[in-house]
Amino acid sequence: MLPLVLAALLLVLPAGAAPASGSPVHEYMLDNGLKLLVREDHRAPVVVSQIWYKVGGSNEHSGITGISHVLEHMMFKGTAKIPPGKFSKIIAANGGQDNAFTGKDYTAYFQQLERSRLAVSFELEADRMLNLTLPEDEFMKERQVVIEERRLRTEDRPRALTYEQFNAVAFLNSPYKNPIIGWRDDLDSLTVADLRDWYQRWYTPNNATLVVVGDVVPDEVHALAQQHFGSLPKRPVPPVKPRRETPQQGMRRITVRAHAQLPYLLMGYKVPVLKTAAEEWEAYALEVLAGVLAGGESARFPRRIVREQQLAAGVDVGYNLWGRYSDLFLVDATPSEGQTAAGVEAAIRAEITRLQNELVSEEELRRVKAQVIAQSVYERDSVFYQAMQLGQLETVGLGWQRADEYVDRVRAVTREQLQQVAKKYLVDDGLTVAVLEPLPVAGAQAGGE
Amino acid sequence: MAVNTQRLKYVLVLVLAAVVAVALLWQRTGEEGPPPEQGSINGVAIQQWTTEKGARVLFVPTPQLPMVDIRILFDAGSARDGDASGLARLTSILLDHGAGEWDTNTIAARFEDVGAQFGTGARRDMASVSLRSLTEPELLEQALATMQAVLQQPRFEESELERERRRMLIGLQNELQSPASIAERRFYATLYGTHPYAAMPSGTPETVGALTVKQVRDFYRRYYVARNATVAIVGALDREQAESIAARLMDGLAEGEAAPALPTPPPLDEAVAGETIHVAYPSAQSHIRMGALGVFRGDPDYFPLYVGNHILGGSGFSSRIVEEIREERGLAYSSYSYFLPMRVPGPFVVGMQTRDDQTGEALALLKKTITDFVAQGPTPEELAHAKKNITGGFPLRVDSNSDIVGYIGMIGFYRLPLDYLQTFNEKVEAVTLAQIRDAFGRRVDVAGMATVVVGKTAPTPPPAAEPGEAAPAPAPPAPEPEPAPLPAQPSPQGSGGD
Repeated sequence: MLPLVLAALLLVLPAGAAPASGSPVHEYMLDNGLKLLVREDHRAPVVVSQIWYKVGGSNEHSGITGISHVLEHMMFKGTAKIPPGKFSKIIAANGGQDNAFTGKDYTAYFQQLERSRLAVSFELEADRMLNLTLPEDEFMKERQVVIEERRLRTEDRPRALTYEQFNAVAFLNSPYKNPIIGWRDDLDSLTVADLRDWYQRWYTPNNATLVVVGDVVPDEVHALAQQHFGSLPKRPVPPVKPRRETPQQGMRRITVRAHAQLPYLLMGYKVPVLKTAAEEWEAYALEVLAGVLAGGESARFPRRIVREQQLAAGVDVGYNLWGRYSDLFLVDATPSEGQTAAGVEAAIRAEITRLQNELVSEEELRRVKAQVIAQSVYERDSVFYQAMQLGQLETVGLGWQRADEYVDRVRAVTREQLQQVAKKYLVDDGLTVAVLEPLPVAGAQAGGE
Repeated sequence: MAVNTQRLKYVLVLVLAAVVAVALLWQRTGEEGPPPEQGSINGVAIQQWTTEKGARVLFVPTPQLPMVDIRILFDAGSARDGDASGLARLTSILLDHGAGEWDTNTIAARFEDVGAQFGTGARRDMASVSLRSLTEPELLEQALATMQAVLQQPRFEESELERERRRMLIGLQNELQSPASIAERRFYATLYGTHPYAAMPSGTPETVGALTVKQVRDFYRRYYVARNATVAIVGALDREQAESIAARLMDGLAEGEAAPALPTPPPLDEAVAGETIHVAYPSAQSHIRMGALGVFRGDPDYFPLYVGNHILGGSGFSSRIVEEIREERGLAYSSYSYFLPMRVPGPFVVGMQTRDDQTGEALALLKKTITDFVAQGPTPEELAHAKKNITGGFPLRVDSNSDIVGYIGMIGFYRLPLDYLQTFNEKVEAVTLAQIRDAFGRRVDVAGMATVVVGKTAPTPPPAAEPGEAAPAPAPPAPEPEPAPLPAQPSPQGSGGD
């Protein structure tokens, strides 16, 4: 088990690229606009197939939030040919596993199979790209399932609840202000007609990327894709509006009171991502900065705030440089016993100030880069993760080639650049702070039953 | 990003990981279950030997990527805590908090400077020390030297212990704001009574508050010894290199002796068997855990129960529980059942969460689904389908170094036969309908299961379940049992239970 370190790296330093020794990506474009990316990995006789649609939470608008995710659930509820629930059973009968996930900027479906079964996946995915039936009765049940999912993941988790409210306050007009699972009220009023419209608008080959990684021959995969997806008609896709966030003009603070045992602090600075940065290096510098602060147990937050000052039981940082819109540089913390969120916030801000005033040491920078380089090798142990990277980059419009550049771009980051982005972006005027204030849970005792 | 946060749930500081992953990925399924069970290592034999000091080593060379995974498993989990609940966990945490000539910061920096990933952990059966490193000699050397010190010369200083104790206490409070964690804790306590598995590896505020440096040192000296260790190595090394690494990591430990056999869990207390225990908590959903004592590693009933459970609640959308609870009625996002094989019988767990006011309905339905299954067993079609899924998916379970190191660690730790993976499919194929009915009939007494519900209101008692042909399950004697390995990939299946 490598829980702490591994998770920190994955979060903070997503996706290195396959270094030169990694196998190349083969790119194909079908006539109907479906893009196919294939990477060979012959270590085991398996294949992963993922289809990525360029639609997610950030395509939604007020009143229909959560619709992309509900549609993802409904994609398993049948076509003219395949009855509801049958999709996963067919994959299972072929020894495979399948699932789907919805993010801010994408909806993706995947199957993992023994290599000879790839055609099963293609046939089913091509079918449901065009022929979804969306039955009313299945929708009514599935909406309840999603509402249960919302209760499980957000409403009964005080930190997730805090994050949801924090996020909605941090952004004024960016679509990132809405939760991916949707506001409860919007879920309650969602209709099948809404879903049908959403499906027809976004589910078309020219709005999708098919990614295949595994023990396959690229040209054969291309022929198979042509056979199953080639005849699907293309449709015009509505242009995505810029929806740029209105500049923040001063710090925002909220309190969330919820049943909980522990206080919790969330801080978010408005920052660009690779796609929106004035200069691309800024995004890579923010990525490295996240590593300097929390990319491992030797990073500044764990070392200083957790172990030396002992103000927090944990402090972490999150930054995703591969989003479609500008996002937040997130810091979160759980205060130690007897410490307050305000005290931890002060310590975090003192560290930020230090980044603005002093250059990061050569040693720290070298360490972050070493982790990124190693991570880019470790990632290749997972065919699934390799496919994730390619799909995500392609879907947000950056292009899969960014995966191959990643390590070199991180290596090029300088200490001065770290200081510059800290001064430019980690500033109070762009900061939002949320504090979870625990409401006591009647009857609960620490650790007892 | 694609972080499987469920797997990391016991780590208290991963707050942001949870929040961010939730924000990024809303997955379609939420079934929990044990890690997958099988494997065959792509035609490459598992090599096994014993070090001079008596540690068992298992090695699989995978030359394709310039990296290595090393996982050392000690029979030093919380089952060895005695009254000092949380001791195994604290000992494992403190290993890398000062060792030899290096302090905590230096140790962390030495690993991270070479891009190595190091971690420790303790669950019920085992404590683990894991390293993932590049194999470039200079980098690997620094990582290994650091790991060696951590294993062989931990300092266990008072100040470090005090801080980590406080962090564990925060972790315990964090558990109390999670209805799922509250349900799990209560479920194990109910199921295991006075047995060591009853306690959570995270301990309780009282026991953690009382842990001392002396206890940690004694625990380390007793259990972190070569004869109590299994070393699993997977990566771009040859046999000679692997032997040298294993010797270096093990030979500086005391030879010691293997931990004694654990007691067999007693049958469920009659006062709780068949009863529903309600824990009041102001959550929107009630969290349900039902179950009974299950199987140990090497259990003769393991394969019929494993394949049978695949059909009952172990295979997501292909399973009866998900069909009844979610697909037919939309009652829950996540519902599942699993057997968690451990050294001595681990739990059989059925779980779900649902809106408070439909808890009674859900409970009754769960019980009926299990009762019907126990009474009638699967249909021939269901069995055929399950076998196709399990055996056809075999290559997926060992398609990465991290999968392989998990499996061989498990094989070594529980002393399963080395051909466990190679023969897995044929054992699955050999399972018959009659064997499944027979095994469930003997081992799953639905009327006598323990049930825990955490939520606002106590569920209205469900109609009495038909007992079917269930009989009390005499737990077979003998040793063997639990998994370490990971879900097949970063996604839907969290590792349940231990």
